[in-house]
Amino acid sequence: MRHAALATGAAVVVGWPWAAPRYFVFLASLIAINAIVAIGLNLLSGYTNQLSFGHAGFLAIGAYAAAILTIRAPALPVPAALLLAGLVTAAVGLALGVPCLRLEGLYLAMATLAFGFVVVEAILNLDWLTRGNDGLRVPAARLGPWTLATDTARYYLVVTVAALLIVAAVNITRTRTGRALLAIRESEIAAQASGINLAAYKTLAFVVSAFYTGVAGGLFALVVGFLSPDSFDVFLSVDFVAMIIVGGLGSILGSVVGAALITTLNDSLAGFQNYRPLIFGAILIASMLFMPGGIARALGTIVRPARAAAPPEPPRQGEDR
Amino acid sequence: MLGVEDLSISFGGLAALSGLSFAVRDREIFALIGPNGAGKSTVFNVITGLYRPSHGRVTLGGDDLLALAPHQIARRGVARTFQNTEVFRQLTALDNVLIGRHGHLRTGVITGALWLPRVRQEEARARESAYALLTRFGLAAVAAVEAGGLPLGAQKRLEIARALASEPRLLLLDEPAGGLNPTETQTLMAVIRRLRDESGLTIVVVEHDMELVMGISDRVAVLDHGRKIAEGRPHEIATDAAVVEAYLGSEEDA
Ligand SMILES: Nc1ncnc2c1ncn2[C@@H]1O[C@H](COP(=O)(O)OP(=O)(O)O)[C@@H](O)[C@H]1O
Ligand SMILES: [Mg+2]
Repeated sequence: MRHAALATGAAVVVGWPWAAPRYFVFLASLIAINAIVAIGLNLLSGYTNQLSFGHAGFLAIGAYAAAILTIRAPALPVPAALLLAGLVTAAVGLALGVPCLRLEGLYLAMATLAFGFVVVEAILNLDWLTRGNDGLRVPAARLGPWTLATDTARYYLVVTVAALLIVAAVNITRTRTGRALLAIRESEIAAQASGINLAAYKTLAFVVSAFYTGVAGGLFALVVGFLSPDSFDVFLSVDFVAMIIVGGLGSILGSVVGAALITTLNDSLAGFQNYRPLIFGAILIASMLFMPGGIARALGTIVRPARAAAPPEPPRQGEDR
Repeated sequence: MLGVEDLSISFGGLAALSGLSFAVRDREIFALIGPNGAGKSTVFNVITGLYRPSHGRVTLGGDDLLALAPHQIARRGVARTFQNTEVFRQLTALDNVLIGRHGHLRTGVITGALWLPRVRQEEARARESAYALLTRFGLAAVAAVEAGGLPLGAQKRLEIARALASEPRLLLLDEPAGGLNPTETQTLMAVIRRLRDESGLTIVVVEHDMELVMGISDRVAVLDHGRKIAEGRPHEIATDAAVVEAYLGSEEDA
């Protein structure tokens, strides 16, 4: 059943550029990019309970890092550029995560919000590097002998990277690291009593989250082809938070579904800029009221494969009622 | 094994512990009793590094525990349960126990992401031993159930199972019989005894249930207002005038 669903999903993803008009190929790339960000944010906020309203800042760092690398070192293969974008962003995540260890809840949200503003300010000020408000044109990326010049080529790059990062996240969350993050969310004192180093794992969550978002930023630079600071405003950070709330806090596949929904919705509402916040707000409130665990929870076990992998159950015995 | 010397800690002027000393021997079941607010849970919180005392020493087999962070103390072999159960509510019973094994597993974020054969083996082994623990505590049937949805008795046993998953030397149980019915309490007593007799654990238990305290402990220390007012074998404590005054008396009022 799950294999069939996976196979169908993979077939749709692979066949999409042949079935869909060009614009929808671009939109699908955007969805996959946002899905990577949503997973990164979910690892930090949904798994470890560290709220961030600054992920547009991480996305910007990854995007500018990849763009500048591609401009300065045109021979650099795409995977290397993306990896470097992720690592640079991860380093910033480390630098932000350590001081944020002292902060919780609203204060952490404020600090990350401020971080988002600082990044935009920095892009404006470093105009010798980023071309500030004029924006930065990103040349087509190279992969071996090919130039990724079409939406379809870029689409395949994006979905390949997204697939790898989704699998990696599922693996992380079903092993020791993921459990440690969840334990911290559930009870910090019990997590410590279980031998979990709070500071180390909270910082790790920042680093991994920033890495994911940085790689997504690199893909964003290649797909959109033009970067300017206003692409990374605070509303984008709020969109990312909306994705994981609608999709489901603490769920990788929920992050993907949330990213697809919010990205599509944003795109459909592009013609109604004035009403966007209103419609968005209504959807968020309705989602929190009627689907507190997000879509992932609403769909239950189907979307949470990690929980299903358990040995056969012995007969019920000595269980208290 | 565990040494507590001249421990003092206060909260906003209120002395929760003053000059408390006691020593627990290897493989001993040691009970801490006293009225509510006497400072029993505070002792556990100091031993496990959650609270920093203003004065005193805590040692485990000669090591100074006060120099260590809570997770380091756990890694040295100190495991505990909480008075108001602290299971990971939204996680399954199995995951709760797996988290208890954290210190014995090696998988990191990158090896985990790559799902290497070594990681697969480690996960399989960890799940196996977690299942064995759940089975031992009658929880195998609810392994995939969210801990917060379990009845209180099951949550209490799950907490003990999680604590044991770390293979501790010293187990601290804070009111393990609280909220249990008499049959469950009997089972719990047998479990605690077996942990000492078969697994060789040293156990400190905070408990109000006198039958349990008298039934399983080798020695008992009585706290009142952060001070130790008596220490001895269970039968000595039961007849101690100061104890009857401070503790058993107030128990009747409650
Ligand atoms: N974190 C804390 N902040 C303030 N007061 C505390 C804290 N922990 C314990 N206390 C106080 O210390 C005293 C002892 O508490 P506790 O150790 O929980 O008692 P017991 O477990 O014996 O019932 C109580 O007066 C309690 O209010
Ligand atoms: Mg207490």
